Amino acid sequence: MENAFNKIITIEQAMENFHDGMTIIFGGFGGIGSPPTIIDGLLEKGVKELTLIGNDTGFPHIGIGKIVSEGRAVKIIASHIGSNPVAGQLMTDGKLEVEFSPQGILAERIRAGGVGLGAILSDIGMDNEMVAGGKQRMLVEGKEYLVETALTGDVSIIFAKKADPYGNLIYDKSARNTNPLVAMAGNITIAEVEEIVSLGNLKPDEITTPGVFVDYIVPSKGVNWTWAWE
Amino acid sequence: MGLGIDVRNRIAKRAAEEIKNGMVVNLGIGIPSLVPNHLPDDINVMFHAENGITGMGPSPKKGEEDENLCNAGGFPVTVVSGASYCDSAISFGMIRRGRVDMTILGSLEVSENGDLANWIVPGKKVPGMGGAMELAQKAKKVIVLMNHVDKQGKPKIVKECSLPLTSARCVDLIITEMGVFEVTNNGLHLKEIFPPYSFEEIKTNTGCDFHW
Repeated sequence: MENAFNKIITIEQAMENFHDGMTIIFGGFGGIGSPPTIIDGLLEKGVKELTLIGNDTGFPHIGIGKIVSEGRAVKIIASHIGSNPVAGQLMTDGKLEVEFSPQGILAERIRAGGVGLGAILSDIGMDNEMVAGGKQRMLVEGKEYLVETALTGDVSIIFAKKADPYGNLIYDKSARNTNPLVAMAGNITIAEVEEIVSLGNLKPDEITTPGVFVDYIVPSKGVNWTWAWE
Repeated sequence: MGLGIDVRNRIAKRAAEEIKNGMVVNLGIGIPSLVPNHLPDDINVMFHAENGITGMGPSPKKGEEDENLCNAGGFPVTVVSGASYCDSAISFGMIRRGRVDMTILGSLEVSENGDLANWIVPGKKVPGMGGAMELAQKAKKVIVLMNHVDKQGKPKIVKECSLPLTSARCVDLIITEMGVFEVTNNGLHLKEIFPPYSFEEIKTNTGCDFHW
């Protein structure tokens, strides 16, 4: 495969971008669409004290849950942790700080960070202390909103079905979920992909994430966890 | 006191009668997931999953699951003709913009004003709200399917919720094994009583006044 843009790298090279104490934004929803090879790389490298931003904490042995269960994160911003009891226990024990954000608002905060905006205005959960506590309110044309700040991170890790060497991406069915948003929000974006095809093999019309947002492409070794339904 | 499958199906069947042709409907977990089994063939409906599917179909046969095609609960599904995939921002855009006609979900408590409490039991683990707040607040019609009473036999339909609210004044219809309540500006209105229950039994097991 030609590598005209020097974006295609090995998992070992990809790991050079990770260090303790950093903020990682991850794609995926209940582990579906989370990048298994990068997650295993992070576990192996042993990075810790991470701040994680993403939809949920997966399951204890699925998706980002593998990193959370190993106690590698100190903070997570997510919409729920219910499918990962280990995350709940770490939170109860004071070992994991959790900031909950309503699911679609979390997605928009990540998107806002990814498209260079400072915040969004939301009317979701305005009377709920867990959502609205400590947040600025703003009156716009007579209606009150919460100011929901944009989210960015040091590195975004995502999972896609196909990439070309420029990093143009297409996703697979519901494994798309938060990935196109997360793809835009990292200072560095690393896409783990099931297949790399030559330039010109993806139709410009079908590309979901333009390669301009993607810094590196890592070939996936595939999902190696057992799904909850299996 | 869990409900048997017959009773759960009866609740789901009644909920299915609320779905009209052309609707976009989001289903929660539990009894709501049984609703599609009770839809007549001549109803065309697009089931919405907040992880990014519009046009969700039945569960696949064993062995035909696709790990990249799952509902919001993480379980394999299929899609119908005319379905589409989208990212999470677009999916919730559909909800907030009022394009999702109905959400059918479970609950721990519902108040006579239609306050919904379905996400936290204090003292127990805090799971997070997921997409429930947005669905409850922004879906055009919110239908709650639940047991009439909790495991201790206490009413789940109450004057004021004791549990933290998911969203205030959002529920339109409550369907339990005992009957159907509509939430109106004047409080609860009991619309239907399911056999074998009597009006008196419903009154005894409901934690607030209601019209009949």
